[in-house]
Amino acid sequence: MIGVAARRSLSAIPVLLIVSLISFGLMRLIPGDPAAAIAGVAATPAQIEQLRRDLGLDQPFHMQLLEYYGGLARGDLGRSLLLGKGVFAATMERLPVTIGLSLYALVFTLLIGIASGIVAALRQNSIIDQAAMMFAMIGISVPNFFLGLLMIILFAVHLGWLPSGGYVPFSQDPAGWLASTTMPAFSLALLQAGLLARITRSSMLEVLRQDYIRTARAKGLPQRQVILKHALANALIPIVTVVGIIVSLLLSGAVVTEALFSLPGMGQLLTQAVLSRDYPMVQGGLLLVTTFLVLVNITVDVLYALLDPRVRYE
Amino acid sequence: MNLLEVRGLTTAFMTGRGEVNAIEEVSFSLKEGEILGIVGESGSGKSVTALTIMGLLPQPPARVAAGEVVFNSQRLTGLSDRQMQAIRGPGISMIFQEPMTSLNPVFSIGDQIMETIAAHERLSQSDLRKRAIGMLDKVGIPSAARRLDDYPHQMSGGQRQRVMIAMALACQPKLLIADEPTTALDVTIQAQILDLLMDLRDEFGMAIMIITHNMGVIAETADRVLVMYAGRVIEEAPVASVFDRPLHPYTRGLLECVPSLIEDRPRLVAIPGTLPEPARRPPGCRFGPRCRHAQPACSEAIPTLEALEPAHTAACFRARELALP
Amino acid sequence: MSEAADAEGIAYKREHPARAALRRLFHHRLFVTGLILFGIIAGIAAAAPWIAGVDPQRLSMRNKFLPPGETWLFGTDNFGRSLWSRVVWGAQLSMVIGASVVALNAVFGTLIGAAAGYFRRLDNALMRVNDALMAFPAILLAIAVTSVLGPSTLNVILALSIVYIPRTARIVRSSVIVLREMEYVQAAVAAGAGHWRILRHHILPNAMAPMIVQLSFLFAYAVLSEATLSFLGVGAVPPTPTWGNIMAEGRDFMREAPWIITIPGVALMITVMGLNLLGDGLRDVLDPRLRIQQ
Repeated sequence: MIGVAARRSLSAIPVLLIVSLISFGLMRLIPGDPAAAIAGVAATPAQIEQLRRDLGLDQPFHMQLLEYYGGLARGDLGRSLLLGKGVFAATMERLPVTIGLSLYALVFTLLIGIASGIVAALRQNSIIDQAAMMFAMIGISVPNFFLGLLMIILFAVHLGWLPSGGYVPFSQDPAGWLASTTMPAFSLALLQAGLLARITRSSMLEVLRQDYIRTARAKGLPQRQVILKHALANALIPIVTVVGIIVSLLLSGAVVTEALFSLPGMGQLLTQAVLSRDYPMVQGGLLLVTTFLVLVNITVDVLYALLDPRVRYE
Repeated sequence: MNLLEVRGLTTAFMTGRGEVNAIEEVSFSLKEGEILGIVGESGSGKSVTALTIMGLLPQPPARVAAGEVVFNSQRLTGLSDRQMQAIRGPGISMIFQEPMTSLNPVFSIGDQIMETIAAHERLSQSDLRKRAIGMLDKVGIPSAARRLDDYPHQMSGGQRQRVMIAMALACQPKLLIADEPTTALDVTIQAQILDLLMDLRDEFGMAIMIITHNMGVIAETADRVLVMYAGRVIEEAPVASVFDRPLHPYTRGLLECVPSLIEDRPRLVAIPGTLPEPARRPPGCRFGPRCRHAQPACSEAIPTLEALEPAHTAACFRARELALP
Repeated sequence: MSEAADAEGIAYKREHPARAALRRLFHHRLFVTGLILFGIIAGIAAAAPWIAGVDPQRLSMRNKFLPPGETWLFGTDNFGRSLWSRVVWGAQLSMVIGASVVALNAVFGTLIGAAAGYFRRLDNALMRVNDALMAFPAILLAIAVTSVLGPSTLNVILALSIVYIPRTARIVRSSVIVLREMEYVQAAVAAGAGHWRILRHHILPNAMAPMIVQLSFLFAYAVLSEATLSFLGVGAVPPTPTWGNIMAEGRDFMREAPWIITIPGVALMITVMGLNLLGDGLRDVLDPRLRIQQ
């Protein structure tokens, strides 16, 4: 298993190297003069020159690259133009909001997705199965911002049960946090829940056909144990492999959800950075988030090895 | 009194073309400690018979359309799945053809044996462990205590089948159903597994119902044989009688298919044609179209089992005249 | 009677595989539902110049916030613009963007995937870049790329292609790797056929099925992502009528004029669901190994 972790970490190195190169290259892709584009139309030539020097854009390309990797080696991801502080610090400030929201959404995703997938598989082709799959189809087809808007119209505007936006930190007021994140988390979760329900169902159907399920029943095990132990342990293996995709989708979705519900998280930070052409922030933030995702994927592979003894003892 | 009594058992499956009987009017019995062989081609209904007795067929599409199964004076047909759970394991247990896929890959073999015992008896964890080690020992797994925490993929096919047997016998069942237990194994391992089953029968005294398409397996193990063709029992007799004087032309054909090292038979004779699908069975005798002795009368009615000798029955209109020397 | 049945039986057996697949598709309930839903939106998009009526940009402050009704089918927005006209033109833009992304994916996804799968020497380099591009969260990368290139319809198409081509290439690559080892391909190699011929005649035609399935889902992602980008304000520039733009503008008026949000939202949902159903149907028929719904 340590072998799995080591092997996966090694193979992540070239990926991260290219990811950092792409992030670096992005700002250089700005058509025309990047410094002028960043400074905006109102900037004077002197201001543009100043910005060019600040960003190191006056240096030759290889010097810029050297500078960039030198910075990364020191843990310096650059400075946000808009906030006037380091990208890493700015991100760390916002991270708890996004992580809280994503974890909450992940709970919804796993509960709704896995439960409805199992029930649908156990009652294959029944009304329950069709209803669950219909629900999953809606889940993967409704854009999360539309669902969020509908929820705001219903629960905030008409019923007034939940606030339509804003954020209360968990440490300040857990109930307030719950109120401010329930709608965002749910609207964020539905897509992944639908995806997971479909995958769980097909994985479960596949497993229920296996010989060892018949063996478990032939031994006189109670139905509960056959399903929840023997079937689920095997059905979870392919499900674990999509957790990485799910986390990626959650982070993508969080960008939109945070913008919609005015939650001060990573997503909002990056959207604002994009809209105000704060490219160092965009570049650094993108690199950070993607590195995080790569780490998640390594963890997922190790988890996979933990669940499947055939991989564990390889 | 008989341990197992199967009377007129008919199991039907719902298919795209309507309901089709997989087995029809199957009747036989089994005494304590007896080994009964059920032989037939794949698709003849051997496994459906076994799974119906165990109540392991998915319902729907399967359904017991007629007949009953009585085990140990208890009527099994009609029991709920929950009631059947108490029978499976300590009453009847089963091993399967594919030892490679019949064990759950993600749990250790010890866990899988122990959970079987735990489902039927209240024992402490250490007692469960002791019993499991004892069982592995009995089925001839060397250094059982150390192998208890192994996973199925770490064992060979023969060892896995031994583990399956250990699991099946863990609750000391009165009847073990072995569905093609050696088909998927190497020839040398096959004999070892059959020997093991015989030894364990002597030790535990359970009855065994061994399902196979291999007459050789029957010759080596069974006391009595049931021959099935296209969902029906066509011949039943003590092993010696069947090998000496097979009465049904199909049984004769099966025996001619077995390569013999002792007799100097000129060549293997194959039965022409193939087993009809359940939905396309011919009228009258199911074997009629493939039988070289068939007469017009054979396609008019289904022949029933008839005793031609004490304890030797066959379902063939011409059995008596064909049996004459 | 038996003669007719026989003739039919023979015709059935000799049916061309593509025709057989089509026949099965049109008996697939989900596929047909998806085709109808998608067809409605695509039809509206194609007919936009004739059915949209008034200019989607025409302001009419006298007529603002009119609810859906007879004169204004879908009502009007905060500037009194016809929502019907805007949603219809928005449909066209969604379709154009979706179809463009799909077309670019079909071409470049196949090229890259086939090159990586067929030429082992290229595989490593191409797939490392592929992996890196796939490591970014999809929407975030698309946002970053459009923000760099500047918000416009063309740049949205480019950004979404950069995001999704690696995913398509990966699928093509895995089919090609399997096919490359097939005996009939090995036989063609032994017979001295050139790389190009082998790829074109023996490998790519057989790698099409999983790619077609992927492309139909991709169309759905592209439409969804485009709406997301313009909702966030990094897509086509307002007042261009895209569904995302319309919904973003409607946000401030969701209490008094909820239809500004719900109508394009429902249109978006119908499109995406139609494409997803279409994809499920295609997968069931063309690629049974990947079947999700029975």
